[in-house]
Amino acid sequence: MSDAPLLSVRELTVRFGRTLAVDRASFELWPGEVLAIVGESGSGKTSLLRAVHGDLPADGGCVQYRLDDGALVALDELPEPMRRQLARTQWGFVHQNPRDGLRMAISAGGNVGERLMAAGARHWGRIRAEATEWLRRVEIDPARIDDPPRTYSGGMQQRLQIARVLVTRPRLVLMDEPTGGLDVSVQARLLDLIRRLVSDLGLSAVIVTHDLAVARLLADRMLVMQGGRIVEAGLTDQVLDDPQHPYSQLLVSSVLQA
Amino acid sequence: MSLPGYNFAYLDEQTKRMIRRALLKAVAIPGYQVPFASREMPLAYGWGTGGMQVTAAVIGPHDVLKVIDQGADDTTNAVSIRRFFALTAGVRTTERTAEATIIQTRHRIPETPLTAAQILVYQVPQPEPLRKLEPRETETRRMHALADYGLMHVKLYEDIARHGRITLSYDYPVLVNGRHVMAPSPIPSFDNPKMHRSPALQLFGAGREKRIYAVPPYTSVESLAFEDHPFHPWKANEACGLCGATDSYLDEVVVDDRGGRLFVCSDTDHCTTRRAAGHRGAAAGHALAGAGE
Repeated sequence: MSDAPLLSVRELTVRFGRTLAVDRASFELWPGEVLAIVGESGSGKTSLLRAVHGDLPADGGCVQYRLDDGALVALDELPEPMRRQLARTQWGFVHQNPRDGLRMAISAGGNVGERLMAAGARHWGRIRAEATEWLRRVEIDPARIDDPPRTYSGGMQQRLQIARVLVTRPRLVLMDEPTGGLDVSVQARLLDLIRRLVSDLGLSAVIVTHDLAVARLLADRMLVMQGGRIVEAGLTDQVLDDPQHPYSQLLVSSVLQA
Repeated sequence: MSLPGYNFAYLDEQTKRMIRRALLKAVAIPGYQVPFASREMPLAYGWGTGGMQVTAAVIGPHDVLKVIDQGADDTTNAVSIRRFFALTAGVRTTERTAEATIIQTRHRIPETPLTAAQILVYQVPQPEPLRKLEPRETETRRMHALADYGLMHVKLYEDIARHGRITLSYDYPVLVNGRHVMAPSPIPSFDNPKMHRSPALQLFGAGREKRIYAVPPYTSVESLAFEDHPFHPWKANEACGLCGATDSYLDEVVVDDRGGRLFVCSDTDHCTTRRAAGHRGAAAGHALAGAGE
């Protein structure tokens, strides 16, 4: 890890009318680091993630991102063409529901190739070869490259979504409950896959989850959110083994032991 | 002479001015869709109201008008639009491409090369090339503004993945002046190369969708494709049965109830001119050729 953060979030605030969804959240993400955001439903973790990605307008604070050349830019000051360019090459967003992140009527190959084509690839054979390679990497049979995602199982759809995001080799991946809605054995395989890809590619990732086991497996550091505020932050093992904040203690103690 | 009680070319002068302003803007930004206040015309939407409004805005008393529908001068739509302008503007009309100064067209570009003295007016049903891929107008506008056209290639990618080649054969999307992706109206992809650096001014009017766009003379018009799957204009691999032409776009006509078929030029003026010059096809003298023979 280098000593300059890749992403720096300062006092980020999001409101829905009178509801304060995210209250002055600040955190930093270093290159190669995986950060988990945990908390109960309605604690503002997804809103925070979407505001960082620029899908939700922030009502205060700023998000800064370090470009390839080392310059730190504030995302809300970036012109839109550049922000879009960044979002489809250097960033990736994995939705909880793969239907939100995939084009269901378009073949798996087209889904994986879309980001390449958006980035300017115009050689059909090479786009297809790249798509095939990525399907293999996320353990989908390349023979199914021309099938639309609606014929895939839930776990396959989620892996396809991850392939689609990673094909442009982003530096930063934001994941919103990537294992939500999957059964336990499929979850375990997906977690394995994400862990391997993250370490192989040296990705930085922010993972929103309500599942402390996911955080334990994947994350280097974690934030605990409650009522829109970050109530505790620290190394994953440290927070999970020795929670300081009463809410974190409650969260950790309420995990069912199998 | 024009129809008493009506302004020259039917539309009032204010409306024509509004359309001309839209046209000027369209010419200034090749391929960009300019919104305009489309009027009711004495014709149903979808029958060429956009093209008629553009024609009415640019036509003058000395113009010679030709109207074609799928290449033919003698179909209902072409005949009635031609009569409409003969009646309301008193202009001379023609079926000869070379004689016309304004050609209003539905779904074809004439085979005879156009000149700098001519204006081609297209009737457009759907001006937005991205509509089938992205239904939101706000989003397609943003995509045009940012030249964010990756999605268009996803569509072509799918075509090749499914059929081994690009099967899109009409309304084939083009990149105008290296900037805007444009729907060339449902002309066959065979006609796409004719738009590239054409000396004639090309104007597009979509009445129902209320959009005008244009390709100025000598502007680059490039059909989208992949490096390893280049653009191929599609055409039936036959010769015209009446005039023997092998280089024109052909219509397939069913001629009897025993599966008999005849391929003929879709551009009737082109076919007639060739026959008059003595060219004869395999089915020369067929009743389809009309009373002239």
